[in-house]
Amino acid sequence: MQTILEAGRAEKNYWRDLWRYRELFQVLAWRDLSVRYKQTVIGVAWAVVRPVLTMLVFTFVFGTVANLKSHGTAPYALMVFAGLLPWQFFSTALTDSSNSLTTNANLISKVYFPRLIVPTATIVVAFVDFAISFVLLLGMMVIYQFVPPWQIIFIPVFVALCFLTSLGPGLWITSLNVKYRDFRYVIPFIIQFGLYLTPVGFTKEVILAKIPENLHFVYNMNPMVGVIDGFRWCILGGPPPFLEPAFLIGIGVTIFLLWLGIRQFRKMEKTFADLI
Amino acid sequence: MSEPIIKVDGLAKRYLVGHQSEREQYQSFRDTIVRSGKNFVRKAVDMAKGRQILMGDEVEEFWALRDISFDVSEGEVLGIIGHNGAGKSTLLKVLSRITEPTEGRITLNGRVASLLEVGTGFHPELTGRENIFLNGAILGMTKKEIRQKFDEIVDFAGVEKFLDTPVKRYSSGMYVRLAFAVAAHLEPEILIVDEVLAVGDASFQKKCLGKMKSISKEGGRTVLFVSHNLSVIQTICQRCIVLKGGQIDTVGPSAESVAKYLEAPSDTFWKREASPKTDCYFEEARISVEGEESQNPIVEIRTKITNEKSKNLAFEVHLFNAAGEGIALGLLGSVDPIKLPAGTDEHIWRFPAHNLATGSYTAALRLNIPGVEVFDEIWQKLSFDFQAPPQAIHSYRIAQSWGHGAFTLDLEKV
Repeated sequence: MQTILEAGRAEKNYWRDLWRYRELFQVLAWRDLSVRYKQTVIGVAWAVVRPVLTMLVFTFVFGTVANLKSHGTAPYALMVFAGLLPWQFFSTALTDSSNSLTTNANLISKVYFPRLIVPTATIVVAFVDFAISFVLLLGMMVIYQFVPPWQIIFIPVFVALCFLTSLGPGLWITSLNVKYRDFRYVIPFIIQFGLYLTPVGFTKEVILAKIPENLHFVYNMNPMVGVIDGFRWCILGGPPPFLEPAFLIGIGVTIFLLWLGIRQFRKMEKTFADLI
Repeated sequence: MSEPIIKVDGLAKRYLVGHQSEREQYQSFRDTIVRSGKNFVRKAVDMAKGRQILMGDEVEEFWALRDISFDVSEGEVLGIIGHNGAGKSTLLKVLSRITEPTEGRITLNGRVASLLEVGTGFHPELTGRENIFLNGAILGMTKKEIRQKFDEIVDFAGVEKFLDTPVKRYSSGMYVRLAFAVAAHLEPEILIVDEVLAVGDASFQKKCLGKMKSISKEGGRTVLFVSHNLSVIQTICQRCIVLKGGQIDTVGPSAESVAKYLEAPSDTFWKREASPKTDCYFEEARISVEGEESQNPIVEIRTKITNEKSKNLAFEVHLFNAAGEGIALGLLGSVDPIKLPAGTDEHIWRFPAHNLATGSYTAALRLNIPGVEVFDEIWQKLSFDFQAPPQAIHSYRIAQSWGHGAFTLDLEKV
């Protein structure tokens, strides 16, 4: 095996190299997971407490106090939870992957490996939280005696979409964060505002009814809108969202962000060790 | 001769460093506001152009490496020596693909593993067992390889009993032993090692050295090795590169390179460069620790002093700790003066060091008649690293870094 190192040389075997390092990917993901709830009293229960409390508050505020309409005939709590699932996955994945390079600075400056492994491995951790929440959802369905529609088998497709939606901005921000630490402060904003700009605690219809028709496409540019639509369709039923132009706009934005993130990441990858 | 396994051609590495310009060091509140404003604008422009943000007002290019070319053939053990800041670590970083060269080209014909630090990626919350797998994977081993060598690693580190304890509860010695044990069982074609043998106690160091030797001799692997320990370099490396100011100063057989390196001024050796101001002055001085592995280490200072006419004087040694605080003074000849005949002679001075804590020290030497006249001094130009000896009465060795000072007291109960 021959390797040539030169300034600005694009690596021929970049993607193959990434595959060769898949074990490191597993190990890093496993490390983040096993460390996540060490030295906490209730441990993994944190992964249960967070979504459940959020759901209760949202159901009370939007469902009971504001008396907003739910998705079809589904119970309000279930509708909130179906939106909360992808949203929490997105927010954890984005937060963790954005900080991943700086938290692993000691590795970056001492060992070589394809850097792309670090932010992607952190998303695996977010996925485990997601899986736990999903089990909760199943429990809630039993309690509400709600039979999910057949399209629930498409859930993995939308999980993958949610993964890509968080990976794009995650890569972009984490690489910029190495150079300009300002970006670290941007993330909490995105998460905080995003929670209300995205139909998590209420349905999309409620929001769209309040904004002028010609601005709907702006709202749909939020890629998480499409993802949550997809989740609600899988879990609660209703008309399929993916034929609407709104959904395609979201996919387009996701692809664009992914392209932007990977490009930025690869452009800066070789200087990470110098700048971190 | 087949193709070299490592070929380095015209390698250079540049860094940008920012400086605070001197005239702006003292300033009023208004200046600060104005400058912060300017700084903000500059940083914003930098960011818009995608440039790196630098502190200070002046940007300077710094070439950490320049015009480095050399070949390494398969199975060779190449040593790299040089003073602090000579570019050794940068060279290893570039070779191990951590950072990109600014100029030049490197061809590597084999799998590279680098060991720039012991225990990279160790996670304090994880157990010894888990960390072996984690660290192994980070260094490029597959799970299968690690599993095969697991027992060997544990045995080498001698931590069987604590395998399921989080490493944050390990003593620093155990931690380092475990970390080195993982690294020692790497089997790449090219191994790059930076100064990692300087850890652990004497017996563990010996074990590590033995391992290093067998890696290169039996394994037929190519090793690049940076160390400050010249005797180690001479025993395990056939060839040696001396780096100086980012450039190659000498390449050749280890013995020759080491000899050449020792002649150059360094922090353990000082040679007069400026012309003397009085008629009695130091020509050269060298400081070293003798018998470091024994119970009674001694610090030895060899000086070459020129004295134009015979005189009586005193000799002083001042000792400073790593933080630059004066911690000790040795005086000879203040009451009963030393008679120094005319001529140039070598004088050897020594003091026992069994009380010193582990750490680095700086020394200052002075020739004077106390309170009357200073003939010459070498002020804080010589330094040495000291590893405290194991002591029968202490269960541990004290280190400067603990913040308890630089001496152990010979405490007695009466």
